[in-house]
Amino acid sequence: MTSPDTAQPRAARPAPATGPRPAAGGRPRQTWRPRGTDAVQTTASLAALVLMILVFSVLDAQFRSLDNLVAVVDAAAVLAVVTVGLTFVLLLGAIDLSVEGVIGACALTVALLVANSRTGLDLGVLGVVVAVALGAAFGLASGLLSTRLRIPSFLTTLGVYAIGLGVATILFAGERPIVEDAWLSGWASSKFLGFAVASWVAAGAVLAGWLTQRYTRVGRYAYAIGGAEDIARLSGVPVARYKAAAFAVAGAFYGLGAVMATSQLGSGVVTAGSGLNFSAIAAAVIGGTLLVGGRGGVLQSMIGVFVLTVLQNGLILAGVSPYAQQAVQGVIVVAAVAAATWPVRHRLGVVK
Amino acid sequence: MTGSPPVLSVDGLTKRYPGVTALDGMSFEVRAHEVVGLIGENGAGKSTLLKSLVGLVTPDAGTIRVRGEAVRLRGVAHAGSVGIGMVFQEQSLVPNLTVAENILLGAERSAVRGGVYRWRTMTALAQEQLDKIGSTIDPRARTDTLTFAQRQMVEVAKVLTIEERIASEPVVLLDEPTSVLERDEIATLFAQIERLRKRASVVFVSHRLDEVLEVSDRVYVLRNGRVVAEVDPATVDATDLHHLLIGRESGGSHYHDEAQHDCDGAPVRLRVEKLSTGGCRDVSFDIRAGEVLGVAGVQGSGREDVCRALFGAIRASGGRVTLDDRPFRLGSPRAAVRSGVGYVPSERRTDGIVPPMSVAENLSMAHVGEVCAGPVLQARRERGLVEQWVRRLGIKTPSPQTPIGTLSGGNQQKVVLARWMIDDDLRLLILDHPTRGLDVGAKSDVYALIRDLAAAGCAVLLLSDTLEETIALSHRVVVMKDGEVVTTVETPKGAKPDPVVILEEMV
Repeated sequence: MTSPDTAQPRAARPAPATGPRPAAGGRPRQTWRPRGTDAVQTTASLAALVLMILVFSVLDAQFRSLDNLVAVVDAAAVLAVVTVGLTFVLLLGAIDLSVEGVIGACALTVALLVANSRTGLDLGVLGVVVAVALGAAFGLASGLLSTRLRIPSFLTTLGVYAIGLGVATILFAGERPIVEDAWLSGWASSKFLGFAVASWVAAGAVLAGWLTQRYTRVGRYAYAIGGAEDIARLSGVPVARYKAAAFAVAGAFYGLGAVMATSQLGSGVVTAGSGLNFSAIAAAVIGGTLLVGGRGGVLQSMIGVFVLTVLQNGLILAGVSPYAQQAVQGVIVVAAVAAATWPVRHRLGVVK
Repeated sequence: MTGSPPVLSVDGLTKRYPGVTALDGMSFEVRAHEVVGLIGENGAGKSTLLKSLVGLVTPDAGTIRVRGEAVRLRGVAHAGSVGIGMVFQEQSLVPNLTVAENILLGAERSAVRGGVYRWRTMTALAQEQLDKIGSTIDPRARTDTLTFAQRQMVEVAKVLTIEERIASEPVVLLDEPTSVLERDEIATLFAQIERLRKRASVVFVSHRLDEVLEVSDRVYVLRNGRVVAEVDPATVDATDLHHLLIGRESGGSHYHDEAQHDCDGAPVRLRVEKLSTGGCRDVSFDIRAGEVLGVAGVQGSGREDVCRALFGAIRASGGRVTLDDRPFRLGSPRAAVRSGVGYVPSERRTDGIVPPMSVAENLSMAHVGEVCAGPVLQARRERGLVEQWVRRLGIKTPSPQTPIGTLSGGNQQKVVLARWMIDDDLRLLILDHPTRGLDVGAKSDVYALIRDLAAAGCAVLLLSDTLEETIALSHRVVVMKDGEVVTTVETPKGAKPDPVVILEEMV
């Protein structure tokens, strides 16, 4: 044990005299822009995105067409929604590996509740709401498991991932439910102002995510907990409750992502979320929502979503094989994470 | 003021940890609008006392009364609700939130309605708190863009939010508030304390005597977990306080003084020239073989930096170090170990041992080569070596396979020392608070080991919690202040200087 006189609350001791000192009587200029290393990270990922767009545009005339812009945005929709959700978990300094399981369960749920080839149900909007609520319930389960049983989120969400896939497989029952709900199918097929309806849904979800992050206790406390959990607790923040709430918010977004994926696939598929967990974590980190917690946010994560989507789109147009694409994505993620943690690497004493 | 009960009174507060009594019947009181100073050396019980007062430590015995009413504090938030707030030494603000959010964190009141933030209200409420202390800090600024002194002001503003929660005036505890401030910032803080006194009572905890005397109406001197004196700053000076602070421990045998080995004429083992790190500048000294060199200094003097940089645990920005006249590479603990340097860290639990691993594994950790044949660990050889050292140092353990985390602090520390002593070619041992948290008997054993090591020709660099210990064990003491060496004092056997002489250089 540490002796009583040395056991101070472990606040990160900040380096003295950073940042502008206000002149006497004057006020420092106030902005909401991210600062310090956050700003560097966000600027760097934005620059990378712009650079990538420029390079692909020069290389390939097809890339710079308006149709391709629409294609990129539409392709980013599901990943964007899922990444918004995941961002809340990452802000806590936790991790969520349940994404694909939750999406599988929610995808089957929505496919079986709207008009479909297997059940006689035709719940329409209500089916979507139930799927989103189910996602939130899965998230809440992850959150409660890790806060109440004090198990790292890495493991609880891995368990919830398996549970989700199991639920999805049971609901699947050997026969794929084909979606016959014209309204839901229209999310993927109908256009509004040039973009697929699903893209507008995604835009709405991003906005909702940003508002949650900026204006609600769940969002702000996620920053506080990720920034310094012990200090938040000392200040009287009910840390466990708000952690669980942030996981639930994340789950709701996964549920919505599942609905969108189902609309695109035209049927309830157990593996609807395949590959999304990795991509969402990668997108968030590339954008500046670091795994250390309390850094970045929904909008930063969106930069990462577009980095990944543009990259994929550009590689396809350039004729790179899909197998190589995955490897390239992996390399870029590791490089981006290394770059993102570069300014703080000396503080990472032990890396596990 | 007379007649009404004191705002805060502490009576017979006691807290025991295994092997240490941190608080031993501590009693004192704070009256309305009073600034009370608490001084004491490390280990005097200051931190435990403060933690008891904000509910982070539950005392074993004794009572805390707020305005005459006994309270059992359950945590910082609860302490706030009865009117006790603390400005922590290690600051307790969330760096990535705004100043306003930090001030109101956990108690946002009307700034959050139904879980939704109303930023305008939040900024206004935070501004009210900042206005109380006349601060010009922008409540919308992100906290990690502020200077350390500004952050401290934000903490004071945050503590004052408890005024809104209680009907009466709060008690504000300031834990070593000046330890990281510049001179002009300290002046600002003192002005702030004067301002604070109009609306609150203040407890000012520090080991800087002149500061305590300057701001306090009354001063309590703490030693060994209890109040040993209550003094009026008007009638005492720093030297009087020094004597009260250090006290006198009887009998030199505690430190095995007679065993102090003479090292005059021994060759220089370690030579440090102009070592600089984030916390110290141009530090130069040398240690002879068989010499114990103490480094004295208050918190923030940079002495921890010196020894951690020497072992390579933190980075040095400049300096030249030679070991036995050969250049010594800084920055790599592995290189340090290979050239015969050992390090006993101050945080034994986190840096010194691997609690779930066995005594044997912890002991052979730094020199696994001694018990290996090629890459293969030789269990028998390890057992033999470990049993030998367990016997030699009198380590009380059920067996060498017992997880070290279950032993007492003193026995753990002996294992940590043995870890380095098994190296026949140990040339320099850096001891960073080697007796921290140990009881008297274990301390004495550790002292004896240090004497033995020195007698065997090992150079020892010693940082210790108390000045008395430093002086007793060392041949010479280097005094550091504000990151620089201010003087070196000879402390030979039989002619140990008065600690006050060194203390005056430190503060």
